[in-house]
Amino acid sequence: MPSVKDLAEKTIAVTGGHRACAGCPEPMIARWILMSSDRPVIAALATGCLEVCSTIFPYTAWNVPYIHVAFENVAAVASGIVTACKALKKRGEYDKEVNIVAFAGDGGTYDIGLQALSGALERGHRFVFVCMDNQAYMNTGIQRSGATPHYAATTTSPAGAQAKGKPQKRKDIMGIVAAHGIPYAAQAAPSHWKDLLTKAEKAFKVDGPAFLNVLIPCNLGWGFEPEETLELSRLAVETCFWPLYEVENGKVKINYKPRHKVPVVEFLKRQRRYRHLFEGDHKELLEEIQSEVDQNWQQLLSREALSAA
Amino acid sequence: MSEPAMPSQKVEEVSYQILALSGNEAQALAMKQINPHMVAAYPITPQTEIVMTFAQYVADGLVETEFVSVESEHSAMSACIGGAASGARTMTATSAQGLAYMWELLPIASAMRLPIVMAVVARALSANLNIHCDHSDVMGARDSGWIILFCEDPQEAYDTLIQAVVIAERAKLPVMVVTDGFVISHAVHPVRVLPDEAVRHFVGAPQPAYSLLNVDQPITVGPVDLPDYFMEHRRQLTDAILEALPIVQQVGQEFADNFHTKPYGLIETFQTEDADVILVGMGSFCGTAQAAVEKVRREGQKAGLVKVRAFRPFPQSEIFKALRFAKVIGVMDRADSLSGTGGPLFTDIRAAFYDRLVTLKPQAVTSLVPCPSPKIVNAIYGLGGRDVTVPQIYQFIMELFDVAAGKTVSQTWRYLGVRE
Repeated sequence: MPSVKDLAEKTIAVTGGHRACAGCPEPMIARWILMSSDRPVIAALATGCLEVCSTIFPYTAWNVPYIHVAFENVAAVASGIVTACKALKKRGEYDKEVNIVAFAGDGGTYDIGLQALSGALERGHRFVFVCMDNQAYMNTGIQRSGATPHYAATTTSPAGAQAKGKPQKRKDIMGIVAAHGIPYAAQAAPSHWKDLLTKAEKAFKVDGPAFLNVLIPCNLGWGFEPEETLELSRLAVETCFWPLYEVENGKVKINYKPRHKVPVVEFLKRQRRYRHLFEGDHKELLEEIQSEVDQNWQQLLSREALSAA
Repeated sequence: MSEPAMPSQKVEEVSYQILALSGNEAQALAMKQINPHMVAAYPITPQTEIVMTFAQYVADGLVETEFVSVESEHSAMSACIGGAASGARTMTATSAQGLAYMWELLPIASAMRLPIVMAVVARALSANLNIHCDHSDVMGARDSGWIILFCEDPQEAYDTLIQAVVIAERAKLPVMVVTDGFVISHAVHPVRVLPDEAVRHFVGAPQPAYSLLNVDQPITVGPVDLPDYFMEHRRQLTDAILEALPIVQQVGQEFADNFHTKPYGLIETFQTEDADVILVGMGSFCGTAQAAVEKVRREGQKAGLVKVRAFRPFPQSEIFKALRFAKVIGVMDRADSLSGTGGPLFTDIRAAFYDRLVTLKPQAVTSLVPCPSPKIVNAIYGLGGRDVTVPQIYQFIMELFDVAAGKTVSQTWRYLGVRE
């Protein structure tokens, strides 16, 4: 990772003046990721929070070339940019070395964007796909997605007399992406910014597709105070709810192992989306979530051990 | 329609070949000669041959094009948008469900003013699944801000695809070049093929005003428009569409002048000057219709034919001028709008007459009127690849002469050649 001093000298690629919610880490993370590239960056965005808050005509927060086309196709749009770049270079009509990055939310990655993502990964274009994973369709008003965790309440998986939030578990998007055999996939969180920057830097360097799944604590959708964003991110990591790990050329490496694993309830109880689990006796549901977290963590540890062997 | 494009004595300076090619082969060959930066495409019948023929050109090193074999038509158009916004000359091809699947991106490509060229091999939309020709796929995309050019045969498909590159880049709008599935795409015709250098010279090098790759001058493409700007941007787009009509005409003229081909304009007319009954159609139908019109003429009655080549933008004024003195107009639609009011070409042509005769200011129409108000009748034919024959068309023309003589019809539109 470059030194903080070096980073401070980098051009601010995503400027202030955007309309992200107070407490939203997305513009900050986008800025960090763009800072991690040693080449000029071209950004493609899927429809979503970051897109709508940063480019309201006639303003733009982007100091780098930027394109937004639609919701589900950012990986395909990025494929087009990468290919155009290659085609123009082949004919001597372009000579710059650039990096291409695609940003999408979890909807544009796990759900509606999965096909285009899978296609682009399979074709092996050299680009970085960043999933800003806030675990629901926050831009349209907190609807469940394939990334919404078990028992979290959203406006389309509400808690009620007959329902305890989302009845299904979230997709293992890292597993899905890694199964394409791409050179680099990593999971990161803004509370651990050095780790995030290092991963972004690695992602920009590999020769092929790279994937970053970044946790976005969303104060509006998760239900916490705007100043608590990074605290929630830290709790997600310390509870192993959101492990920081990478899959590099098929090898799993966990980048941070909490010395004392914090019980997941400490993370859950801070958020309105889990409030129903704390009203009345839902001990068994809380235990179920804890056991899922434990199981995932154990699996990750054994995958890491297997990679090291 | 019209005479085959045989060379006149003026063509000595252009050496050309006559090859036996299907519409798909002719278009793949045109793509090879255009040698675009990038082609992103997905296979679908009856377009597949274009993509696989082109993939072979890439594999054989006969083009410099980067070919992206995407996982869907949605991604094909998305990749073309990304590529075109990066300043690359991009092309693709599709049919039917593929065109419907990429529909979301079509108005985005035009609103972003990206000169993407797409060969559309027209095929019926499901259900029921049918791989054969009609224009329902194109009609689903007719109001998406794309220039839409219909071709009658493989020669026109070849010539039009080459022109489309220039039209798109000059108009800064995407262009669809439509050929009829199987009828044109798989039927082999003699095609007069230009030398590679002549094609490359004609299309020239793309000169994009903006490119995402220009990292020193970053641009934001596809921002959010709130109600304070959206309408102005739509207005600019519709102005661009209007400006595209003369561009289509001009590029057709330049092509014909350069290569001594038949004239290429917005519409083509056949014996319309004195005609009492005129048929209007698009695509391969026009060749068949010409035979029927000739038969009617031989029998002493005055029939004519108008082929609409530029369907979008709609050349309302040219069509009006060609049709205005007819007593009866028979509009031939290879798609039903399912609106209960006939086919899409029919409603467009009726609107053209209403605008010209009724709603315009008097001074605007003085140069065009007086003319009698013709009766306009619609036939929907050839859906899902149903053959349309010379006798059928001849019979329909005869019925239109009956209408001209005062016979009334119970419905202004009807299906032709259907069991009911």
